[in-house]
Amino acid sequence: MEMLPFILATVFTAATPLLIAALGEHVTERAGVLNLGVEGMMIVGAATGFAAAVLTDSSVFGILAGALAGMALSAVFALMVLVFATNQVATGLALTIMGLGLAGLIGQGFVGQPRAAIPPVKIPLLSEIPVLGKAIFTGDFVFFLSLALIAFVAWGLNRTRFGLLLRAVGESHGSAHALGLPVKRIRLVAILFGGLLAGLAGAYLSLIYTRFWSPGMSAGRGWIALALVVFAGGHVWRLVLGAYLFGGITVAQLHAQAGAIGLPSQFLSALPYLMTIAALLFLSISGRKGAGAAGSLGQPFVPER
Amino acid sequence: MGPERIRLSGITKAFGALKANDHVDLTLHAGEIHALLGENGAGKSTLMKILYGLLRPDSGEIRINGQRVSLPSPQAARAQGIGMVFQHFSLFEDFTALENIAIPLEGRIADAALRAQVEAKARHFGLAIDLDRPVHTLSAGERQRIEILRALMQEPQVLILDEPTSVLTPDEAEALFATLDTLAEEGAGILFISHKLEEVRRLCSRATILRGGKVVAETDPRAVSAAELAALMVGEGVLDLRPAAAHALGEPLLHLDGLSVAPEGVHGVALQDIHLTVQAGEVVAIAGVAGNGQSELYAAISGEGGRVTAGRVTMAGQDVTRRDINARRALGAAFVPEARLGQATLPQGPLSENVILSWHATESLGRWLLDKVRIGEVARTVISRFDVRTPSADPQAAQLSGGNLQKYVVGREIERQPRLMVVDQPSWGVDARAATHIRQTLLDLAAKGAAVLVISQDLDEVMVMADRIAVMHGGNLSAARPVSALSRAEIGLLMTQGESPARGAA
Repeated sequence: MEMLPFILATVFTAATPLLIAALGEHVTERAGVLNLGVEGMMIVGAATGFAAAVLTDSSVFGILAGALAGMALSAVFALMVLVFATNQVATGLALTIMGLGLAGLIGQGFVGQPRAAIPPVKIPLLSEIPVLGKAIFTGDFVFFLSLALIAFVAWGLNRTRFGLLLRAVGESHGSAHALGLPVKRIRLVAILFGGLLAGLAGAYLSLIYTRFWSPGMSAGRGWIALALVVFAGGHVWRLVLGAYLFGGITVAQLHAQAGAIGLPSQFLSALPYLMTIAALLFLSISGRKGAGAAGSLGQPFVPER
Repeated sequence: MGPERIRLSGITKAFGALKANDHVDLTLHAGEIHALLGENGAGKSTLMKILYGLLRPDSGEIRINGQRVSLPSPQAARAQGIGMVFQHFSLFEDFTALENIAIPLEGRIADAALRAQVEAKARHFGLAIDLDRPVHTLSAGERQRIEILRALMQEPQVLILDEPTSVLTPDEAEALFATLDTLAEEGAGILFISHKLEEVRRLCSRATILRGGKVVAETDPRAVSAAELAALMVGEGVLDLRPAAAHALGEPLLHLDGLSVAPEGVHGVALQDIHLTVQAGEVVAIAGVAGNGQSELYAAISGEGGRVTAGRVTMAGQDVTRRDINARRALGAAFVPEARLGQATLPQGPLSENVILSWHATESLGRWLLDKVRIGEVARTVISRFDVRTPSADPQAAQLSGGNLQKYVVGREIERQPRLMVVDQPSWGVDARAATHIRQTLLDLAAKGAAVLVISQDLDEVMVMADRIAVMHGGNLSAARPVSALSRAEIGLLMTQGESPARGAA
C-alpha cells in the first residue's frame, strides 16, 4: 500500500503531457484542421522551455516559453494551411520534421544539464487524505492546470457560442462560410490553441517529467496524443480516460522491466506504441469509419470570391 | 403592392471573361412573391449571393427600403433584414436542429430561451420540427423547414429561396407554399428562384427572367403561359421529346432478386430486399427523394461498391453479384454515375484519354503503349454524334460545361453499344436543351433494343422518359408500375411513405 500513491502519482505525471497535447489537438480537429505536427511542436516546446529555464533560472518561465514556442510553430502551420491552402497532412508532417531539427538546434549546449524539480503544490486539507491525498491532491502546478484545461475545453466547446461556431466551422466549412462565419479566423484560434498546448506538453516533458533535455526526447508522444484524439471520437471524457490509460501502460511497463518478468525490455517499451496501433485498428475495423470526426476535417478551405 | 423593399440597379459581376450578371435591375416590394427565372448558368445564384453579401458586385447599386447600402458580408445582409434559404442546404449534419438555428443568430447558443422562441415561431408558421434530432437523420423536407425557420428567426423583411422545391415531394412543396403565402401576407418580400414554371405561375405575382446574365423580361407569370416563360428563359423554342415508336420488349437484361446491401459510412442507407427487372427495349426509372438509397443502389448495380448481404444481381442471364464493374461491362452493360467530374471522367484529362475509363474493359486500346489514334477517333466520334460543344479539339473534361460533359459521358457509353444502360441522375445540373438531348438519346437507345435504367430525383424527367416507374424510400424499392397507371400524387405518396403492404400485394 505504501507504493500505491507513488505509482498513481507517476501515472499522472506520465499521462499529463499526453493529455495536454491531445486536448489541444482535439480543439484543432473540432475546427476541422488536422495538424500532424504535434510531435514537432512538442519537441520544440521541450527544447525552448528547457533552454529558457536554464538561462533565466526559472522553471515557471521556461514552461511559459515552451508553450509560446509551440504556438509560434503552429502559427507557421496556420499560415500554410489557411492562407496558402496547402495539404494539411503534408504540412503537418513537414512541421514535425522541422520541429525535430529546430529543437536539436535550440537544445544544443543544454544536453545533459540537470534541472531541479519544481516544488509540488499541496491542496490544503485534501492532500491529507490517505493514498488519494498524495496521489491526486499533491502535484506540480501544471498537473492542476491540466485538470482545469479539461474543464475549460469541455465547457468551451459545448457551452459557449464560440465553441458552437468552432464546431460548426469544423463540421462544414462550406455551410459556415455561406452563413458568413469567419472560417479562417476561427480556425486560426483553434490551431494556435493546439500549438500552445503542444508546446506546454513539451515543456512539461523536459522540465517536470524527465528534468533534462536530450534530442528526440518526445519519443513519439505527439503521435500518441494524435491517436488519443482519434480514440476519443469527439468526446473529451474519452480523451481523458485514454490519456490516463496510456500513462498507466507507460508506468506499468517500467515496473515490469524492473520486475524482470522475462520479456525483453525493448518489447515492453514498445507496448504503448503497440497499444496506439491497436486502438486505431480497433476503431477502423469496428466500422466506425469517420464517426466522431469533424465533417470538414483535413480539407483545405478556399472560398470563391 | 406594399412599399419598395429592394431595388437593384445595374448590378454587374464578372468571373474572368464570363459576365455572370450584366447590368441587372430588379425591384421587390413588401408582400410580393417575386420569381427569379432562368436556366442553370443564367446568373440567378450569383445575383442572390450578391444580395446576401457573399459576393461583391463589380458595379451597380443596392437600395434597401430606399437607402443605398453596401453588403460586405452575410451578417451585414442579415442586419438589413435579408434572410436566405440555400439550394444546397447550409446545414451542419451532426448538429441538432436547434444548434443549427443558433449558429447564425448573433450572441445566441442552443439553450432553453432559444428553444422557447423557436417553438413559438414554428407554431406560428405551422412548421413541425423535432429540435433535438441531428440533422443527418432528417428528410429533405424537414431539413428545409429548419433552414426556413432559421431564416425566420431573424425576422427578415426579405426572404430569398434558391430552388427550394427541387428536393421536395409534391405535398411538401404545397406546405412550403402555404408558409410563404403567410409570410408575404405579413409584409415580407420573397424572392423565389426556380426553373419549375408551373409552380412559379401558381405562387408568384411578378417574375424577372435572366438569360446569359441579363434581364430579358419582367412579367406577371400568371398572365403568360408556361411555354412563353420557357421560351423567354431558353431564348428559342425548347425541343420536345419524340416518343419512341412502339416496339416489342425482349429478354430481361437486368434482374435484381431480393438484393440487400449493408450501409456504407455513418450516414449511409441500407438496401432491403430489392426486386427489379429491366427488359430489352424498355426504360425503367427509379424516382425518389435524394438520399433514400439511390446512390447505394447505383453502386450495387454497377459493382462499384456496397457489401451485398443477401440476394443476387443478374445481367444478361448471368449472376454478377460478386463480379466487378469490368466483368459487368463485358456482359454489355454501361454505366453513367451521378458525379460527372471525378467519377465519370478525370477532370484534368483530355476527352480522348477519358475514353479509356470505360472502354478499357471491353476494347483493345493498345498492348504496351496507348493507341492514341484509336482513342482520339472515338472521342471525335462522340463529340460530333452527340453534339458536344467543346472550346477546343480535345479539351480537358473540366473545361466543358455541365451539360456538354454529360452529353459526352452518355455518348461515350452509348458508343460502346451497350445492351444495358444504367444512368444515375442523367440531367442533374444540366440546362434544358442538353437535358432534352440526353433524354432523347436514351429513349432512342431503348427503341433500338437496349434496356435502360434511369435513377432520377427529377419527377418531371421520370414522367416523360419512363415506361415503368419504381420509387425508392428508406432503402426500399416499390414495385415498378407502368407510367400510365401512376399519377404524380401516387408517386408523391410513395416518395414520402414508401409502399404500404396492401398496395404492394395489389
